[in-house]
Amino acid sequence: MSTSTTLNDIIPGSPAIQESTKVDDVTAMLDSIEGTVGTTRVENPKMEMREVDVFYADKQAIYDVDLDVARNEVIAMIGPSGCGKSTFLRCLNRMNDTIPICRVTGSITLDGVDINTREQDPVLLRARVGMVFQKPNPFAKSIFDNVAYGPRIHGLAANRAELDEIVISSLKRAGLYDEVKSRLDAPGTSLSGGQQQRLCIARTIAVNPEVILMDEPCSALDPIATARIEELIDELRENYAIAIVTHSMQQAARVSQRTAYFHLGKLVEVGKTNDIFTNPQHDLTENYITGRFG
Amino acid sequence: MSSTTEIVQASLARRYKAESRFRLYGIVAISISLSFLAFLLISITYKSIPAFYETQVQLTVNLDAEKLGVGASPDIKAIKTANYSGVIKGALREQFPDVKKRKAKKELYSLVSVGAQYQLRDFILEDPSVIGTEQTIWLIADDELNGLVTAVSDVTDIGDTPTRLSEQQRGWINTLQQQDQVKTGFNYTFFSAGDSREPELAGIKAALIGSAWVLLVTFLVSFPVAVAAAIYLEEFAPTNRWTDVIEVNINNLAAVPSIVFGLLGLAVFINFFALPRSAPLIGGIVLSLMTLPTIIISSRAALKAVPPSIREAAQGLGASKVQVVFHHVLPLAMPGILTGTIIGLAQALGETAPLLMIGMVAFIVDIPQSIVDPATALPVQVFLWSDSPERAFVAKTSAAIVVLLGFLVVMNAVAVFLRKRFERRW
Ligand SMILES: Nc1ncnc2c1ncn2[C@@H]1O[C@H](COP(=O)(O)OP(=O)(O)OP(=O)(O)O)[C@@H](O)[C@H]1O
Ligand SMILES: [Mg+2]
Repeated sequence: MSTSTTLNDIIPGSPAIQESTKVDDVTAMLDSIEGTVGTTRVENPKMEMREVDVFYADKQAIYDVDLDVARNEVIAMIGPSGCGKSTFLRCLNRMNDTIPICRVTGSITLDGVDINTREQDPVLLRARVGMVFQKPNPFAKSIFDNVAYGPRIHGLAANRAELDEIVISSLKRAGLYDEVKSRLDAPGTSLSGGQQQRLCIARTIAVNPEVILMDEPCSALDPIATARIEELIDELRENYAIAIVTHSMQQAARVSQRTAYFHLGKLVEVGKTNDIFTNPQHDLTENYITGRFG
Repeated sequence: MSSTTEIVQASLARRYKAESRFRLYGIVAISISLSFLAFLLISITYKSIPAFYETQVQLTVNLDAEKLGVGASPDIKAIKTANYSGVIKGALREQFPDVKKRKAKKELYSLVSVGAQYQLRDFILEDPSVIGTEQTIWLIADDELNGLVTAVSDVTDIGDTPTRLSEQQRGWINTLQQQDQVKTGFNYTFFSAGDSREPELAGIKAALIGSAWVLLVTFLVSFPVAVAAAIYLEEFAPTNRWTDVIEVNINNLAAVPSIVFGLLGLAVFINFFALPRSAPLIGGIVLSLMTLPTIIISSRAALKAVPPSIREAAQGLGASKVQVVFHHVLPLAMPGILTGTIIGLAQALGETAPLLMIGMVAFIVDIPQSIVDPATALPVQVFLWSDSPERAFVAKTSAAIVVLLGFLVVMNAVAVFLRKRFERRW
């Protein structure tokens, strides 16, 4: 349990190290989770999730989660591997629709409108709620075409000049333009991992979404590339609502304003990032951020 | 620590031995298959050599109008029906005046191909003013003569080279050779003519064009259908019992003997829809049935191999299912789909049985001009020639196989080129 010391250094004021928690204790604690600790709601939310359950076939992956995503805010989702962070994030732009066995119940709204109705077109929804994935996944197209793809299919640019403008400004905002401006025709896959991830971010913001979902966007990147993307997230917050899944507590502490802690499909605790890391209310949260499991 | 080292070290020798043993198996296996292939190729190529040569005999023909049986200023019809055979026979008698006996004369006449008449006819048609003059021209020789002079250098001493030419005939050939009246060159006829009963006049062109038409139809029918089916099954179809049944049946279809497809073509297209018999149109459709499963299966594999992250990326940007497939998945799967298509078409190119069933085994002299003209195909031509009694057809058969293999090589080269182009983009 030596890792918790480093964590203590990074996040001052963490609770003192306790005895290692046994699995039985965890299960017992989980059963005892009733509702979520902390305030799940915010004023004038961008997105609202109410009583969301997610099933993969018969297996339940998310249990009765209530959570709001605020405007111009980064919310971080943390929790041990397999606790359902990705699953929950993918509910927000209906990416789970693409998995046939996946079933989502409860209500999820964007600007007060339910996104899970038949009338809501997933194509339109995904144009409004963009997503950046864990592994950089540029298209097998040129850098330019990668970024231009979204605007093209949605018809966001009236002419070539406008498209150029969108592509260049998106690349600039993703902090990639200077590195690639001389080779916009090169394949997107020819970039380094960190550049590819910034390309994916540029591609997402080129559609000018209202919400950006990021699923461990930095897990494949080195610290320098990570720092650039964190900076970028901070800038993007001015215009977008951002939900980010991360395994790095430091990253959550650095980029987010609110943090949600998930455990085995349940939302255990939500709160201001500062509060969560300095003064977690729930034992599970405390154990996790002090590095006792996960 | 050290114990691990020891244990591993002890087993290292065994592991390396296993590896080198396996390499040896591999090399032996490859050598065996390569030597079979080499044997096959060498024997076929060797046997085909005479078919690529054509021998001609130089004769001085007397184009006397009377001998030709035409008037002083004949019209085209008269020229077409003139007595060329008599003129050529006369020229041969002139060349060898000692030949008197009827049987010997007959042997002498058989040195020149019946095709020589048409050569002579075309020669006169080109310039009718030669009528009434004496001309020295090269005329196509008989296939036995061609076979012998390409096989041995001295026709009087042939060892045990099989030939039907008598000693007397070989003597005449020798005389002609001494006077430089025999020449052997590349056999253009083989590539410019259709089938013929006379080996020296038989060409591969009709079959080659027939095969090309058939393959064109096969490609046009099977490629779009198979790719559409593969895309639907792989990307859009729900997974349920019906799609399982379809999948199993497609796999079974790939194993159905090809002659069954021929029977189907006969029953459905010819007897029911009354489409023309022997036409590349039907041949192509029937072969498409055979190629379909091959292309579907390989296309599905290629589509499946496209990483899911690409689909997610496109969907995450708001691309519809169709856009995801056509903008991203299909281009990435294209090299694999093309490979499958070429394999399917190569199979179709070599297929004989179904074509026999739908009458593409007919004796085709004319080059097919469209997909509804009667035609034959390369493998059927091979089959036909291999059945002919004349020795020269043995060489023709091998030569047709060489042409068939050449066609395959060209097709594969095109496929590799296309694949490289698709791949090089990324
Ligand atoms: N496509 C799927 N089919 C079936 N079960 C799935 C699928 N995707 C996820 N699950 C299950 O849902 C649960 C939550 O998975 P999820 O991917 O959301 O976890 P996560 O919190 O993102 O984990 P990680 O931090 O490792 O990415 C897991 O138990 C997983 O096994
Ligand atoms: Mg995940």
